[in-house]
Amino acid sequence: MRGGTHGRRPRARRAGAAPAALTAGLLLAAALTGCAADGDGRTTLSVGTFGVFGYRQAGLYAEYERLHPEIRIKENVIERSDTYFPQFLTHLVTGSGLADVQAVEVGTLHDLAAGQGRRLEDLSRAPGVRRADWLGWKWAQATDPDGRTIGLGTDIGPIAVCYRKDLFRRAGLPTDREAVGRLWAGDWRKYLDAGRAYRKRAPAGTVFTDSAAGVYNAAVHGYPERYYDRSGRPLYTGGPAVRAAWDLAVRAAREGLTARLRQFEKPWDQAYANGRFATVACPPWMLGYIKEKSGDAGRGQWDVAAAPRPANWGGSFLTVPKAARHRAQAMALAAWLTAPAQQARLFARQSSFPSTPASYGMPELRDARNPYFGGAPVARIFARAAEGAPTLVIGPHEQQIGTAFTDVGIPQVEQQGRDPRAAWAAAQKEIHNAVDE
Amino acid sequence: MTSAPPTTVEDPGAEPAPGPPRVPPAADRDRRAAWRTRRHRWDVRWSPYAFVAPFFLFFSAFGLFPLLWTGWASLHRLELTDMSRMEWTGARNYLRLLHDEFFWNALGNTFTIGVLSTVPQLLTALCLAHLLHQRLRAATFWRVALLTPYATSVAAATLVFVLLYGRDYGLINWALGLAGIDPVDWQNGTWSSRIAVSSIVVWRWTGYNALIYLAAMQAIPDELYESAALDGASRIRQFRHVTVPSLRPTILFTVVVSTIGATQLFGEPLLFGGAAGQKGGASHQFQTLGLYLYEQGWFGFHLGRASAVAWAMFLILLLVAAVGGLLARRLRADR
Repeated sequence: MRGGTHGRRPRARRAGAAPAALTAGLLLAAALTGCAADGDGRTTLSVGTFGVFGYRQAGLYAEYERLHPEIRIKENVIERSDTYFPQFLTHLVTGSGLADVQAVEVGTLHDLAAGQGRRLEDLSRAPGVRRADWLGWKWAQATDPDGRTIGLGTDIGPIAVCYRKDLFRRAGLPTDREAVGRLWAGDWRKYLDAGRAYRKRAPAGTVFTDSAAGVYNAAVHGYPERYYDRSGRPLYTGGPAVRAAWDLAVRAAREGLTARLRQFEKPWDQAYANGRFATVACPPWMLGYIKEKSGDAGRGQWDVAAAPRPANWGGSFLTVPKAARHRAQAMALAAWLTAPAQQARLFARQSSFPSTPASYGMPELRDARNPYFGGAPVARIFARAAEGAPTLVIGPHEQQIGTAFTDVGIPQVEQQGRDPRAAWAAAQKEIHNAVDE
Repeated sequence: MTSAPPTTVEDPGAEPAPGPPRVPPAADRDRRAAWRTRRHRWDVRWSPYAFVAPFFLFFSAFGLFPLLWTGWASLHRLELTDMSRMEWTGARNYLRLLHDEFFWNALGNTFTIGVLSTVPQLLTALCLAHLLHQRLRAATFWRVALLTPYATSVAAATLVFVLLYGRDYGLINWALGLAGIDPVDWQNGTWSSRIAVSSIVVWRWTGYNALIYLAAMQAIPDELYESAALDGASRIRQFRHVTVPSLRPTILFTVVVSTIGATQLFGEPLLFGGAAGQKGGASHQFQTLGLYLYEQGWFGFHLGRASAVAWAMFLILLLVAAVGGLLARRLRADR
């Protein structure tokens, strides 16, 4: 997830001193593990996260403390991933200020592994971790070519399509979630066809979908090779995934199928509240968002259907820095928090979708029906998408490349009415500026 | 430091009073007196330094050192993702800026937004100060009211402005609609977005500058106005021929300070830009130098390049200060 702003001022850090500081940090860590216990004889483990991971809200920390009376858990939350990550990097280099367990978003995983992977523990060897628990592609995302797994998968973002039954009915489209899914099954282009059908009889003041960038993201994440191929060659200059998703998004924008909004901004929230658009590509974490922004007026109007193609949008991992104060305990905690049973409980409480298929049969998911979304069997829909999602190749500068398309190229067409060719060139220039060495 | 103190200082409180008078040996007394004198001299000479030292210590730790280190970093390839590696590249980061469209665009935007915000801001401030200088009921209330925008945080103010400038549900477009004008897409338009960002700056700083002008106006001797009035000058002529010339140094000061502020403009456009604020709009139409620096360093993770942008900004500010200094000297010479 991403969003707005960061009031922090950039301040250059002292890299020359890094080795010295790291040594000092390690010495300190070594000294502290010797006398790790706090005043009351318990060890305090810190967990650094961005946004709401929900471990506390789901009662997982409390339970872990009950199971391990010698442990106490403290959580440091930073609101946004794009403030959290630079800070985490600087802490890793200096070896200080680190939490024992640190969360990482998938978009930044490659940059982290390439520069700092050696400063993180190989968690495949943590006690209690069974590789087979995770979706193959999720496990692969955090594993480097040497076979070191630096992160344990937490939630994932399999994509469905959330749609408004009331608007579909008035536009003469089917409203049953199975029928809606069949409407566009197999190809995102059929989703646009449905959009054209919607436009013909659209209720006044409404459009088919929220944003072209949302369409782009939903489509592009369904390809295994998106911005780089398996051998690391760049595809962002015009690979098949980028091309197809771009064309789709640009067509949606030019044909007036989008509400010309930008996701995670205020007008987007307001459009939810006003029921301005009929569909939105939605990973599980967006359900809570829709519910909050649409409010009571949207209750029973929204429903969830399968997306045209299985895809995954976002997701996070837990890592343990080697300079953590309590490495062994931290690895045990990370393994426990990401185990299938805990992921299932997190889903029940926070709608974070598990990356462990073993969770999908657990009662928290099997019987999960979301009353706000017309009692949709959300877990079944998302699980099917999760199991079908490809192993996405993650390369350097993922976030910068992604935003060049979603925040520069596509809005230039959608919001500023520029020629798609010029907008494509602008996005390419943007990428070139970001990745140029 | 040349302020040598008088060297003979008698210290009346130093002589022990109670008990039988005890006369110390003469040599001893001389030595103690000499020591006292010396200590006093040191005190006078070095104490000022001790008092200002904390500032300079903090300044060198948090001001000078980062400045120099940023300069050093700007000569390297330095990535946030791997900060233990610094590769010497010489002037490459600066040469790169010369061909960097995004940098020139940001520089142009900084200038445009700077003019769009500074000029109306200072003109309005001058008029407001002139109004406040008249006899007014509840003068303190008006003065405090002028200062409230300045006391509001950038974040809070900008978020409100974002809502006001909303395309679909914004108050300003609603008002324009009442007047029969089509809604404006404030954020996506080239000029509309710059005007919107400038308006936040104007709103925040006008009152502050007005109070500075007011203070300077109150120092203008009344006789000047009286003689002008005797000559039959109208209020407006008095303003133009008495007030403004007397305020020239103050105006120059506010111009320089506002220019510095405009060069460093960051928070307003960042928040106005929303989720991808560091880009300053889809076409970077309101990306300022501060935003570009932030994007390079903390979004693209290119610390070396960001440092070069920072130093370029610093050099631009030095240039501004130099021009301001020259103008000030000219003004003084004119008098």
